[in-house]
Amino acid sequence: MTIGLGHYLTVAAILFTIGIFGIFLNRKNVIIILMSIELILLAVNINLVAFSAFLGDLVGQVYALLVLTVAAAEAAIGLAILVAYYRNRGSIAVEDINLMKG
Amino acid sequence: MYYAIVFLPLLGAVIAALIALAGARARHPGGPPDVGVENHAHGPVDESRPRGAPDPQEAHAVLAASHTEPQPAEPPAAGSRSAEAVTTVFLFAAMLLSWLAFVDVGFGHHDARVTLFPWIVVGDLKVDWALRVDTLTAVMLVVVTTISAFVHLYSIGYMEDDPYRPRFFSYLSLFTFSMLMLVTADNLVQLFFGWEGVGLMSYLLIGFWYHKPEANAAAIKAFIVNRVGDFGFSLGIFATFMMTGAIDLDTVFAQAPALTGKTIHFLSWNVDALTLICLLLFMGAMGKSAQFLLHTWLPDAMEGPTPVSALIHAATMVTAGVFMVARLSPLFDLAPSAQAFVTFIGGTTAFFAATIALVQNDIKRIVAYSTCSQLGYMFVAMGTGAYSVGMFHLFTHAFFKALLFLGCGSVIIAMHHEQDIRNMGGLKNKLPLTYWTMVIGTLALTGFPLTAGYFSKDAIIEAAYVSGNPMALYAFGTTALAAALTAFYSWRLIFLTFHGAPHDQHHYDAARESPLVMVLPLVFLATGAIFAGYPFRELFVGHDVTEFFGDSLKFASGAHVFEAMHAIPQLIAMTPTLMMAIGFAIAWEFYIRRPELPVELARQQEPLYKFLLNKWYFDEVYDFLIVRPTLWLARALWKYGDGWTIDGLGPDGVSARVLDVTRGVVRLQTGYLYHYAFAMLIGVAALITWFMFGGARVG
Repeated sequence: MTIGLGHYLTVAAILFTIGIFGIFLNRKNVIIILMSIELILLAVNINLVAFSAFLGDLVGQVYALLVLTVAAAEAAIGLAILVAYYRNRGSIAVEDINLMKG
Repeated sequence: MYYAIVFLPLLGAVIAALIALAGARARHPGGPPDVGVENHAHGPVDESRPRGAPDPQEAHAVLAASHTEPQPAEPPAAGSRSAEAVTTVFLFAAMLLSWLAFVDVGFGHHDARVTLFPWIVVGDLKVDWALRVDTLTAVMLVVVTTISAFVHLYSIGYMEDDPYRPRFFSYLSLFTFSMLMLVTADNLVQLFFGWEGVGLMSYLLIGFWYHKPEANAAAIKAFIVNRVGDFGFSLGIFATFMMTGAIDLDTVFAQAPALTGKTIHFLSWNVDALTLICLLLFMGAMGKSAQFLLHTWLPDAMEGPTPVSALIHAATMVTAGVFMVARLSPLFDLAPSAQAFVTFIGGTTAFFAATIALVQNDIKRIVAYSTCSQLGYMFVAMGTGAYSVGMFHLFTHAFFKALLFLGCGSVIIAMHHEQDIRNMGGLKNKLPLTYWTMVIGTLALTGFPLTAGYFSKDAIIEAAYVSGNPMALYAFGTTALAAALTAFYSWRLIFLTFHGAPHDQHHYDAARESPLVMVLPLVFLATGAIFAGYPFRELFVGHDVTEFFGDSLKFASGAHVFEAMHAIPQLIAMTPTLMMAIGFAIAWEFYIRRPELPVELARQQEPLYKFLLNKWYFDEVYDFLIVRPTLWLARALWKYGDGWTIDGLGPDGVSARVLDVTRGVVRLQTGYLYHYAFAMLIGVAALITWFMFGGARVG
């Protein structure tokens, strides 16, 4: 069985879905939300690389690199916010974070 | 001169009002006073500001004071003396001018019409402020300003310990001004202005002691009962305007003969225009003059200070109805059925009020019912068409009834605000001047020969006898009977108050004759009560009537009355005097010779006694028939009409629905990030779905 484009896209779709569900089914920890965002970005990357290889266009892979960079920066900022938040409120449990409640 | 007569009282009122305002401001300079000062400076009950509501802090202080301190007397407002002086002097000036005007107009026949300035100009309707001075007005000017001047003088003594004298004198003068506007009116609208003005001042003066709940209730009652009459009065003015297209008196009178036989179509009835107009106008007179059915406010109005009762509720305001009928005599003269009605109401009131006065125990209420009864006499005369006879009684009655009221006031002051005649007695020696002046007033009221009341009252009874009015004999009977009753209750008052043994030794010992400012008006009015009759007799009821009154009264239907009065049988002419003697004899028997007899009689005739003591149960009947259904209806409209329907569907309902919606919406706003993310996802999914299926097809 040859591994075709469809398989890559399937994997990416599964990763994406896991990421989404990770965000709103998660009741424990904000870090898990950050990880889910990473998962979503990875799913996108897989899509980009798969199409790049399939179409023979390198621009897709360059774009994937760009996404990786953004993801790294985002992770750094997200964790920094998290630390600051923990220092301020003493908890990073998702249940406790409802400051936006009206 | 007429300017001065009318506007001097107004000027006095304004000055006194300014003093009253300044005094109120000096008392409470710019806000709530210091609590400590408050306790010493103000009496606990009558503390409150004339303008604006008292603030809570002050109320607290007052409350505290009433518990701890034994009511310190409140100092009078600054400038009370000058307010009294200004208003009284102005009134006396107006009085002198009025007598001059009386001579000038009555004997010189210099009728005047002074246009002040235009008031309403709308299309064809043109209403001026104008002073119309003819003999009728001149008579009223004399009555109003004279009584008012003496009441002002008397009030200086009577209101001595009241802290709000400037306000009182301002009201009194303003009342006088309104009354003068009323009597000098040249059109129905100005008449109505004065009419309402005196009504308002009556309300304010009855409720002058506004910390007394009964006074407030009486003031409101007077105002509301008068509204019933005024409703008819204003309808009458509208009808007049509808039929004649004018409201100034001259035009209306000129057109009146053309109205005979015309009808007003209302719903499905055709009513005779003149009769309807006169009846509606008379409804106003019934309210203002406290006639049968609309009389209930007058006895209650006695809650006001006694000078007010003398001025407003005896001599002037309550006679406004009589004056109005006289002023509109050209209309009433053309409406015989209305005249019959006037006679009927007058006769009924004369009798009915006199019966109630027989058993009352409050000294002022007896005189109040007496006033009511005497007003009935005046209306009997009006109904027979002998307008000048009614005016004559109005003229003499003003003197002796004001005298009686002021005498009552003197007694009340001497007895330290005791008004129940059962607690008095034997005051003859303590208050000699009051006693003798009140005896003179009583003689005049009961029609003792040669006093003022003798001429006017006898003339009315005779006029009732000779007029061809369908109600004339009925009125003759009731007025003659009422003459006996009048004598009885008047002498009963005198005997119980001044004769016999004192019933309250404590009060008796403390009683003192009133100061000079109070006695002086009594003496003068007593002079008037004796001499106001004979010199004016020929002018009002004799041969000089038409000459004296000129065009101001119309005597078409009354002319034969005057003729017939001179040829009246001796027996009929003697009837009132005879009746008076009988009444006096019974009173003497009951209260001097055998004082136990009235108690005995009251026990034997208990139902009748109770019936009279409770004023024919009029208040109860009105309470049951009118007040309670009105309250019930008002409550229903308030609770269900306004509260439930309008508020429920309107403001309250809308705001409640908005709250319901927001309460749901608020629940959506959890504050959890993942909920927002989920919503966003759903949104994105929906958007994409729409793009893929819906949007694609459109695009």
